[in-house]
Parts: sequence; structure tokens; C-alpha cells
Amino acid sequence: MSDIAIELRGIDKSFGLVHANKNINLTVRKGTIHGIIGENGAGKSTLMSILYGFYQADKGDIVIDGKTVTIKDPNAAIASGIGMVHQHFMLVENFTVLENVMLGAEDSQILNTSISKARVELKRLEKEYALEVNPDALIEQLPVGLQQRVEILKALYRKADILILDEPTGVLTPPEADHLFRILGQLKDQGKTIIFITHKLREIMAITDEVSVMRRGEMVATCKTKETSVEELAELMVGRRVLLRVEKGAANPGEVKLAVENLTVRDSRGVTMVDNVSFNLRAGEIVGIAGVAGNGQSELLEAISGIRKAVGGKVLLNGQPIDVTAHVDPRDLRDRGLAHVPEDRHHVGLVLKFEEAENGILGYHHDKRYLKGVFLNTKAIQADAEEKIKKYDIRPPNPRLKTANFSGGNQQKIVLAREMERGPDVLIIGQPTRGVDVGAIEFIHKRIIEMRDQGKAVLLVSVELDEIRALSDRIIVMFAGRVVGERDPDATEGELGLLMAGVEGRKEAAE
Amino acid sequence: MSNPYAKLPGWAEYGLIPLINLVVAFLVAGLVVLLVGENPLNAAYHMINGAFGRGEYIGFTLYYATTFIFTGLSVAVAFHAGLFNIGSEGQAYIGGIGVALACLWLDKTMPWFVVFPLAIIGSAFFGAMWAFLPGWLQAKRGSHVVITTIMFNFIASSLMVYLLTKVLKPLGQMAPQTRTFEAGGQLPKLDWLMSIFGLNLGNSPFNVSFLLALLAAFGVWVLIWRTKLGYEMRTMGHSPSAARYAGIGEARITVIVMMISGGLAGMMALNPIMGEQYRMQLDFVQGAGFVGIAVALMGRSHPAGIIPAAVLFGMLYQGGAEIAFEMPSISRDMIVIIQGLVILFAGALENMFRPAIGRAFAGIGRRSAVAAQTRGA
Repeated sequence: MSDIAIELRGIDKSFGLVHANKNINLTVRKGTIHGIIGENGAGKSTLMSILYGFYQADKGDIVIDGKTVTIKDPNAAIASGIGMVHQHFMLVENFTVLENVMLGAEDSQILNTSISKARVELKRLEKEYALEVNPDALIEQLPVGLQQRVEILKALYRKADILILDEPTGVLTPPEADHLFRILGQLKDQGKTIIFITHKLREIMAITDEVSVMRRGEMVATCKTKETSVEELAELMVGRRVLLRVEKGAANPGEVKLAVENLTVRDSRGVTMVDNVSFNLRAGEIVGIAGVAGNGQSELLEAISGIRKAVGGKVLLNGQPIDVTAHVDPRDLRDRGLAHVPEDRHHVGLVLKFEEAENGILGYHHDKRYLKGVFLNTKAIQADAEEKIKKYDIRPPNPRLKTANFSGGNQQKIVLAREMERGPDVLIIGQPTRGVDVGAIEFIHKRIIEMRDQGKAVLLVSVELDEIRALSDRIIVMFAGRVVGERDPDATEGELGLLMAGVEGRKEAAE
Repeated sequence: MSNPYAKLPGWAEYGLIPLINLVVAFLVAGLVVLLVGENPLNAAYHMINGAFGRGEYIGFTLYYATTFIFTGLSVAVAFHAGLFNIGSEGQAYIGGIGVALACLWLDKTMPWFVVFPLAIIGSAFFGAMWAFLPGWLQAKRGSHVVITTIMFNFIASSLMVYLLTKVLKPLGQMAPQTRTFEAGGQLPKLDWLMSIFGLNLGNSPFNVSFLLALLAAFGVWVLIWRTKLGYEMRTMGHSPSAARYAGIGEARITVIVMMISGGLAGMMALNPIMGEQYRMQLDFVQGAGFVGIAVALMGRSHPAGIIPAAVLFGMLYQGGAEIAFEMPSISRDMIVIIQGLVILFAGALENMFRPAIGRAFAGIGRRSAVAAQTRGA
């Protein structure tokens, strides 16, 4: 037996005219954690989908344990000992842990026999890999970290020797991520091979043994993690030098532009998502709201921007109240100087089927500049779009192109250009760089700081703690809908991580 | 990556794919004809000849097409705002009241060109009002238009039976219909248009409402792609969450769009009532509202697609009638089967051939790219 778990030789894959994987060679050693890093659209997911049997390569071989195999579907991948933990969990929410683990791998038509067999096997796995989880708990009642553990158990139950994890830390708090890393370490010690896909350089440095970098469908480098650096990897990913730290001067906060008092928001099921939240936002400062996704940040943004009705509380914009508990017209808020870059640009911030220029006026289409009576002034709209394309370096520079055909980073620039160029007093931004490539992140961060330096008040929500820490002048941490603490940007990651996990917060509240 | 289909050039997207779908639909229809024991080529000949063989036949085809342009536009306008108006049938039926009232009131005293504008306004108004209620119910009460418009079709049908038997029928007449209109209630035929092409209109009822239909198609294009309202409609149609973000009032757009859609459906009534029968009869819509759904689907909700799609369905109607006449073993119901196949392949199975065509194009694209490279080297 060789010490090589997987070898990919000359893998090539095209979708129509898109060449997603170009002649990829990859060697993953047995019993190691192998990181694969690259920007969005670099071809990481395609490569892993080929390995897991979702797609067939046009050319190339997959060699597992020294044998060339054909993986025509995920079942074949499982049979070859490959397990995958998807970015979005593939779990049945109203099934128990046990039921989810055995789903599709029942070894008898009689359910009871399968269940009792599965229970014994699950117990063994839990003990062997120290992955405790109550087999009878319903998935929907488990925290995200545990759900992910169930996904790992599912793969192990199917006797996977090679585990692929696709962006596993996106939904985790820093402590949960640390825990995951410990688990992966144990799995490695037990002889499992792990392929770890991420776009976060820090994680690669923390846990991988080797790392491969992909760029534009090509494998540009593979190296030992110990022998490389964050800067080198970033440069390999983007193809040029990148500024990883944001340079900014001290904030110069002015008067209060946005005051939120005791805001409470419930979601459509009646669950309280924002619980009695108060804070101020001043001109010339960036306030970051940190928190794990799903702790009320989204609903907070929606309530302030008039998309979602609040059930209680007050919001003052430039000293004037916004009637957040009644129907608010987002158009009215825009007129009063509030701009909003929504978290979900695909469904909220943009209409993907529109031409770029059409998206450039979304929400501002009442503006006289863009109209001739009841008709659209297509010339003015076009000219406006061209100007913004130039200023924000949106590529390709074609205002007639369908928005769906722009990359994530360029789509985000379209939204930012629209919202920033109005010169709003208050700018609220959700996930400014989610799904955005490293090169564009640099540009977006610079623009956000420029807005602040022009004396605008910026409210920033992001699940990327690094981003919050790099940009914010003050950090508010939300947990379970409540503000659990406010910190300076130089607070340590550990301190913020505990707040985000609700640990420190509970203590503070008790005092 | 998320889109495994290659982007096709425009002519393939809007020309080749519909054509292939259509050919396949006719091939399958041919099999059905074969099963009945008739010669499919013979049937095809009667279909084509019956629709286009003579000036008179063309006149009938375009007469039907006029009707389908109106109902197709009606459905398409609603589609653009993400609304599925299945009620064009009922709205067209009720629209007939507007036409009939204008004609009954003024046909004896005024010329057609005075009555016509009033009839247009009347038909659009009545059609719009019939669509206003479902629109309002969805906007304010959340009752889905798909359900309510179907219900309103039945209500329209019952209401018209009542009106035509009790209110609008002249005394002493058996048939449930209004009296026949005088000259002021009769639209002129378009024989001059046909004679430009050297064709004789014969007995066909091809009339000026065809020009109105073309005008309406242009108007719909302007509305959808060149006005603020159209922009708001499309935003809502593509992404309701983006519309909310942009401050576009869903309730307002829903009501307005349903009324425009109903108005267009109502205008359909002009063609049979003022253009052919010169009276309002029971059930004059004859399913044109439902054909409108197929026309809108096939025309991809674009006026430039709806007009040819309407002509195609006009051909199926007129040519189909001709087949039924010439080939007795093929009944009227067979024609419905053929129409159904066209709808099936052009609408529901629209994407069936797309992946294969996409692959073919990608292959050609890559090969030519490689060829260009080698030439360059």
C-alpha cells in the first residue's frame, strides 16, 4: 500500500464555454489534512464535485489507494471510501440524529432491525472518535456545530476513509470552529485523510499539513503549510500582491445619525429575533455588529431599513423618528438619507435577470434624473451606469450585460456603487464581502473607510470576525437577538468569540 | 458553474429552439394522425393549405390571431409581474359588455370610427374591472389570483348567461344574444391591406381590430421595458424580495397589473363582436383566454414573440377546422390534441432539447477557439 490516498491526474472539466478545471493534478497523502484554497469560482467546488461523483470529468483519472476508479455518482464515491460534509448540511430537520445517520444506508427492509444495528454502530463511532451527540435528539433542536458533527458521523458510518469538508467553518462561532479543528486532528490521528476546502487563509495555516492553491480553474501551487505564509498564499490565490490589513486612521465621530432604542423584531413564526436592542451610530464612525449568523443581525438590518416590521422600539434617523412598528416605505428612508447594502445581494440587493444598468437604479427609480415623465430615461440610466462602472472598476464594463453574468465581487460593487454614490448620511451594510474574491475585498474595504472619512455613519454587519475587527471603530456583539457587549476593535478574538458564543454575555447580564 | 447550460446565441435561443420544439410537436401529432389511420402528410397539407392557401383562409387565420394577440398580451403582462392570470377568458367575456353597450347605444346614429373608440374604452374598462377584484383580493386578503381568476371565469359565464337571456336579448327572440348592430357597430374589413399583397379577403372577418392588436403589442412593449411602472413590475416578477427592498408596493402593482391584464383581455371582445358577428352571443370567447396562456408561454411573454405565436395558433384553429372538414375521420377533438401537443412541447417541455443544443454549440465554440489558436501559432 502506498502512502497516497488520492491522486488526481489531469482532471479537466468544462461547462459549455466555461473551463472550470484545467488539467488538475493533485496528490493527497494518507493521514494528512490537505487544504484546498482559492477564490470563489476558482474551481474548488467543481473539483470536489467530480471527486464525489456529482459531475464527470471530461478528461483525467482519479486514483484512490493506487487503483484507478470511475466515480459516476456519490454512491460510487462512498463505496470508494470518500465522505463529504457539505457547506449546507444535507440533514432532514425533523428526523433524529440516528435516523439521519442511517438514512440511505439502512441494511434491512425492516426498520427496527436497522435502527438497533445503527444505534450500536453509532455508539462505537462516537466512542472511537470522541464525537458525542445524543442519537435521539431531533436535528432541528441541535446547534449548528452539532449538526455538522452529525454530518461527519454520517460519513464515518458509511466507512469513509477520506473526508471532504467544504467551507465547514462558515456557520460556526470561533470556539465551535476550534472544536471542529480538534475533531479533525483526532480523525487524522486515527488515520483518516481530510480534504479541507476554504477561502480563509488563517484556517489553512491553523490545521493543514499541506495546501494546494487554485486560481481560475488551475492548480497553481501545492506546498507544505509550514513552509509557506499567509501573504504568499494570498498572492498565489489572487495572482498579485494583496493588502491584507486595512489601513485606516482614527475615527472622528460626530453627532448621532442613527439612534436605535429598545428595538424588538419577531420573524414570521413569531420568534423574537431582535430583543430590545439599543445603540447609537455617529457620523464619521463605523460600528460593526459581530455575531454568528442567525443571531438577529439580519432582522435588525431589515427592521432599520424598512423591509421588516418591528414589534416595538424606536429608531431615529437624523433625529427624526422612523415609524418602525408600522409600515415603513423604504423609498421614504432613501429620501431621508439612509442607504442599505443588503446581506443577500442575489435576492434582495439585485435582480439578477436585469441588465447591469437596470440594477443601478433599483430603489432610486423614482428619481427624476432617471425618468422622463412616466417613461424611463434610458440614456441617462445608461450614462449613470457607465460612470459608476468606471469609478468602481466593475468588470466586464458593459452596462447591458445581465447581472447574473457578473462575478460575486463585481455584483457587490454594483450594489455598493448604487448605494454609496448617493452620498447617504447613514449607510448600513450587511456582509459586504460574502462570496467576494480577495482582490475585490480590498477595494470594498477601502471604499467603506472612505465613506467614514467623508463623515458618513456606517453600520456594518458581518459574520467574518476578521472583517469586523479590521473595519470597525466600535464592535457590538449580538447573541440570541440581544446585544451582549460592546468592545473596542482591539479586543482579542478570543474575547469576542466568547461573547459571540453567549458565554461572556450571560455572565455580564448576571452581574 | 452553477449554470451547466451554455449561453446560446440569440437566434438559437429564440429561433432554433422554438422551431425544433414545434417540429417535434408536429411529428408526434403526425403519429396520432397515423394511429387514426389517416395520412399525416395529407393532414399537414390540409392544415397548411387551409390556413394559408387562399386570401380568404389567410384572413381567417389572422382573424383568430387577432384574438390570440389580445389574450396572449393579457397573460404576458401579468407574467412579467409574477402573476398568473388564468382569468383572461372571463375578463374577455365581461369585456364584451363594454363593446355591446357602446354599439347598442350608438350604432344607429354614429359611424364606426366614433363607436370604435368608445367600444375600446368600454371593453378595456369592463375587462379591467373583472380583473380588479381578484387583484384586490390578492393584494389585500392574500387570496391567490390563480384560484380566484378561475372562479371568476365561472362567475363571468353565469353572469353572461343571465344578461344574454334576461337583459340584453331583444323581446320575441329565441337565441341568447343581443340584437344585430347597425352599420355603426360594424368594423370595416381589412381588404385594402390584403389587396396590397394581391390577396382577396373573401368572406373572412379580418378587420381593423387586428391593427389595434398590433398597436396594443407595441404598447405592451413600451409599458414593460420603457416605463417606470414596467420596471417596477419586472422587479416584482423577478424578485419580490428585491421589490420590497426597493420600496415597490406589492399591493399597488398587483392591482394595477391585474387591471391592465384584464383590460387587454377585454379588448379581445372587439374582434368577434364588432368584427365578425355584429352582435354579442353566448360563449363568444370560445376558450381564447386559455389559448392566450399558451401563446404567452410560447412567445416568452415578449410582444415580438406573442404575435408569431398568435399567428401559429390562428393557423392551428383555421387549418384545423379545414382538416376536420376535409378528413372526416379526424374530428374537431383531434385538432385539440394537436394544439395540446404544440403547447406541451413549446411550453412545458421547452427545455427538453436545450442541453443537447447547448452542448453542440459549446463543441463548435471550443473547436473554433482551438482552430483560432492553432492559426495564431
